[in-house]
Amino acid sequence: MTALVQVQDLAKVFDVSAPWLNRVLERQPRLFVHAVDGVSFSIERGRTLALVGESGCGKSTVARLLVGLHGPSAGSVRFDGQDTAEVLKGSQVQALALRRRMQMIFQDPYASLNPRWRVRDIVAEPLREHGLLQDVQAIDERVADLLRSVGMAAADAQKFPHQFSGGQRQRISIARALATQPEFLVCDEPTSALDVSVQAQVLNIMKDLQRERGLTYLFISHNLAVVRHVADDVGVMYLGRLVELAPKQRIFAQPRHPYTRMLLDAIPDIQMSGRARTPVQGEVPNPLSPPTGCSFHPRCPVANARCSAERPVLIVRDGAQVACHAVEEGRI
Amino acid sequence: MTMSQPLLQVRNLRVEFPNRHGTLLALDDISFDIAPGEILGVVGESGAGKSLTGAAIIGLLEPPGRVAGGQILLDGRRIDKLDADQMRQVRGRQIGAVFQDPLTSLNPLYTVGRQLIETIQTHLPLDARQARERAIDLLRQTGIPAPEARIAQYPHQFSGGMRQRVVIALALAAEPRLVVADEPTTALDVSIQAQIIALLRRLARDKGAAVMLITHDMGVIAETCDRVAVMYAGRIVEMGPVRDVIHQPAHPYTQGLMGSIPAMDEDRARLLQIDGAMPRLTAIPSGCAFNPRCPRVFDRCRAERPELLPATATLAACWLHAAMAEGAP
Repeated sequence: MTALVQVQDLAKVFDVSAPWLNRVLERQPRLFVHAVDGVSFSIERGRTLALVGESGCGKSTVARLLVGLHGPSAGSVRFDGQDTAEVLKGSQVQALALRRRMQMIFQDPYASLNPRWRVRDIVAEPLREHGLLQDVQAIDERVADLLRSVGMAAADAQKFPHQFSGGQRQRISIARALATQPEFLVCDEPTSALDVSVQAQVLNIMKDLQRERGLTYLFISHNLAVVRHVADDVGVMYLGRLVELAPKQRIFAQPRHPYTRMLLDAIPDIQMSGRARTPVQGEVPNPLSPPTGCSFHPRCPVANARCSAERPVLIVRDGAQVACHAVEEGRI
Repeated sequence: MTMSQPLLQVRNLRVEFPNRHGTLLALDDISFDIAPGEILGVVGESGAGKSLTGAAIIGLLEPPGRVAGGQILLDGRRIDKLDADQMRQVRGRQIGAVFQDPLTSLNPLYTVGRQLIETIQTHLPLDARQARERAIDLLRQTGIPAPEARIAQYPHQFSGGMRQRVVIALALAAEPRLVVADEPTTALDVSIQAQIIALLRRLARDKGAAVMLITHDMGVIAETCDRVAVMYAGRIVEMGPVRDVIHQPAHPYTQGLMGSIPAMDEDRARLLQIDGAMPRLTAIPSGCAFNPRCPRVFDRCRAERPELLPATATLAACWLHAAMAEGAP
């Protein structure tokens, strides 16, 4: 079986140059940010891939590229065998048909729901937009079903978003995303704005829905504990590149890339097991002028001359893909 | 932990917000102490009142909020009745404050050095050169590389983690004896978060400062604190040594909170969830505020409000433990 989502050498470059006149007068060069640079992965149907990394590593850009909110600068996203960028550029009918199959859930449930619409209209909008249901009564029934599927009451359809708490709003976002019966959900930090007890409600619902409907998730998060709970596979990103990609068990039990190790080390130890921690040094460099070679080398404890000169590519080691010279040479 | 004279004593603190519909009781009967060198964590979900507790202590309650009852004592001296000028002297000199967003705590128009030197000279009798040396020294202590050069830079030239260090340096400028840190690591990435936590711990250990660390992140609490107070709907529902609160929580809310955190070392098919949400201040349930969400609720919980009572290893405001203490179900 081929994977539902296949991403090949995906790249996104943003032009962040000053306006033309400033560039001419102040003799500034054009500036580009390589937000995503040569990322490849695939997600099998019914599975969850989580992308983790610190702010600015490009994980949200990958999410947006996958659902077509950005067009790729290079590389391709194939969804069920079709190149999404081409389909979305092509005929309206085919583009709509593709959009119906993939939906996105955003981080901030306070910003992603129209405050002047009733929940009924918010959840029903995709149904109307895609012309799935016309009959008012049928729409109402479907909305009630969708709300029930995320653990809310059918009567909530008559309320406005401000009448709900953050967790309930995020469940409304999920209900809306499910309206077109998508196969693939891209979730960009869906629980980061929520309190832990509410986060647990949302994560439990997401897992239940995945089991019931066979959904495929791309789950973006900076919280490794959450990722460990929801993911099947985990990709670690650093400055626009994938530095390690492995099944969940492997990445948490046996992280290979020094950056993955650093991230895991930095998680506060809630069980107070007295686990020895290596203090983390440094910060993510400015993406406008990324370091040469391996972009992690200025913070890496095992970096050598090769790391600062030559950019490592993903290689397979013990069932994991790692982009690290030290791992390749067997130094760590 | 040594039980020396507590530096900060909060006694039955009550904070109200009068509005045209009546008076909202935002904090009710909050009492705790912090000893020198001790880090007290205050944890809770949004709206629990943890930031408000911090704001009341540093005298920065947003009007119309006001301290309506109780006492706040710093080193035995009441500070809740001071006027604005006196409080400004205490703040900065004796209490340092660190807030979540470092950008809002720094003036974008002044260099970091100018802000530091101004703060130092406001509180300490130092001349310009000494103040500058102290500013550089503070930046070095908080782990900023090349402080001599960085001191001449503006806040926007610092990254998020570096800015938070500058804010901490500012808070420490006059060697305060109490530091109130409100979500100091929340806006930061995990790797930077660990560095800031280490800095706070060093501060308590080496300088003997008392630290009140307000956060929603149990992981940060576990790493940093000696004791922890768990807040819910404007009250402290459980308090005790951090190890006991984490490993044998006595209040059903704390138990739910701990169970809902995804663990790094065990696999659970489902997370424990607390159904419902924290009540709004306008509709705090009678009796125990947690009773509508509590899996072990019984009649007394709906009628009477529990005080903090000795439970297994901690203090918990829960009638389950009163029943145990009295030997009756």
